[in-house]
Amino acid sequence: MVVFEKPKALTDAVFHYCPGCTHGIVHRLVAECIDELGIEGKTIGVAPVGCSVLAYNYFTCDMIEAAHGRAPAVATGVKRSLPDHVVFTYQGDGDLASIGMCETVHAAARGENITVIFINNAIYGMTGGQMAPTSLIGQVTQTSPYGRDPKTQGYPIRVCELLSSLDGPAYLERVTVNNVKNVNRAKKAIKKAFQNQLDGKGFSLIEVLSSCPTNWGLTPKKALEWIDEKMIPQYPLGVYRDCDKEG
Amino acid sequence: MQEKVLMKGNEAIAEAAILAGCRHYFGYPITPQTEVAAYMSKKMPKIGGTFLQAESEIAAINMVYGVSATGKRVMTSSSSPGIALKCEGISYLAGSDLPALILNVQRGGPGLGGIQPSQSDYFLATRGPGHGDFHVIVLAPASVQEMADLTLKAFELGEKYRMPVMLLADGTMGQMMEPVALPEPTEIDPTPKSWAATGTNCEREHNIVNSLYLSPDELERTNIERFERYAAIERDEPMWEEFMMDDAEICVVSTGITARVSRNAIVEARKQGIKVGMLRPITLWPFPKKALQAAAEKVKAFVSVELNMGQMKEDVELAIRCTKPVSLCYRVGGMIQTPDEVLEAIKKANEGGQE
Repeated sequence: MVVFEKPKALTDAVFHYCPGCTHGIVHRLVAECIDELGIEGKTIGVAPVGCSVLAYNYFTCDMIEAAHGRAPAVATGVKRSLPDHVVFTYQGDGDLASIGMCETVHAAARGENITVIFINNAIYGMTGGQMAPTSLIGQVTQTSPYGRDPKTQGYPIRVCELLSSLDGPAYLERVTVNNVKNVNRAKKAIKKAFQNQLDGKGFSLIEVLSSCPTNWGLTPKKALEWIDEKMIPQYPLGVYRDCDKEG
Repeated sequence: MQEKVLMKGNEAIAEAAILAGCRHYFGYPITPQTEVAAYMSKKMPKIGGTFLQAESEIAAINMVYGVSATGKRVMTSSSSPGIALKCEGISYLAGSDLPALILNVQRGGPGLGGIQPSQSDYFLATRGPGHGDFHVIVLAPASVQEMADLTLKAFELGEKYRMPVMLLADGTMGQMMEPVALPEPTEIDPTPKSWAATGTNCEREHNIVNSLYLSPDELERTNIERFERYAAIERDEPMWEEFMMDDAEICVVSTGITARVSRNAIVEARKQGIKVGMLRPITLWPFPKKALQAAAEKVKAFVSVELNMGQMKEDVELAIRCTKPVSLCYRVGGMIQTPDEVLEAIKKANEGGQE
């Protein structure tokens, strides 16, 4: 009896992600949701620049690579062209909350009927561990070697809270994947974010607090603990907008 | 061709795009091309199309990229400072081999410059507007009729060669009104393009629209293949118009509004006994090199008449390998030559003097 198998929505390509990185878990959750909703054939993914830039190799649906930060604009074009299709973006924190903040806020404000998977690991991974818009106060990175100092480097941005001030979004939830219980919750949120799009409810964004053991300089296990100890206090888990509950 | 109607250049482009089957327009307000957006915002909702006023020029060109990735006709329009912002997206379109129409109704620069007509984005357009090694096809209309005709041509060329096309108009072309016979509506084949992201329907391997090649040999190969396509375009697609060139000893080279002004100057010069004609490039890339080379064998000098500091003059000199003198007659900043100014430049060239 098969008890555990690869989702159909994932290709056979081997992930390039570092050991202990949670991108792999989130890819799998997205793929499981695509399988369970039976939407692989009509889904189009958009992967912009960052660690997940090669996501187009991993999902079996049609994929589009986008410029850094521009995925919500590209996804807007795709969705306006193919309104009956399912369009998702998969973006990191530098991509979504720094260089692409404008595209993010306006896609949300328009209530664009797309699904955004937002990986927040408080660092630029692909370029080797620079300070991100979501890096924590005091966090040591390659470009904040003395720890992020708010006097000169500002404060971390809480994306779900920021977007929740807009009327446009249908659903905003922050989850994490650092233990089994949280993985299950994250999957439920991601599935709802896709279901919302199928139901025509509009912009759904799931922020996933993720680990980057390589650039955090921690073991994979310690990195998962760091999410509990450091990230969740700054980025509380929970639902920040749910049009189903608010009517 | 339909019955002639009186239209502004910007509106003629918008209507021609709709007739060409374009149902997706993304733009951001900027003078002097905002009539395109205004026209689209009125028309698109009535015909089931998309008009979206984007949050920025950058977002607009990326929305264009998204629609183009699904294989449909799509356009954006802007003016010089806005086009500069779109260059990132144009490079991605070129790198992903995606067609799109980008209208640039040029105004004076650099920086914020002014809002009056200019041709000062010649280099930007013809040298590949963005990072990396690439070209876009560049079309330069000189009448409202050509604004409409070249819009249709731009979509056709873009699809034929899978690359972005820039319609490079000067502000005058966008703003002036002339009678125009609009093209007949194009029937669009609804079959999804084999390369486009339209959903696999679980019936084929996934399509990936992408410009990233991490392996250097693969990236080199894609660049070389693209330039092989460019070579075919340089061979097959140059377009130009000749005016009074049969016995010409002086050849004016000019596009857009300055070509119109030059026509008047040429007619006047002929009255004064000067054998002068004009070669008007319609495609700026590919530049009509062969036609200029042929002209260089007959004429004794060229006069490049431009609304910039001599950007196209360089292409004329390159095309004819500097075998004949090329003088420059320019105005910039939104100023436009009078026919008399062009006439003076023609006379000087005829007398063998350089400006």
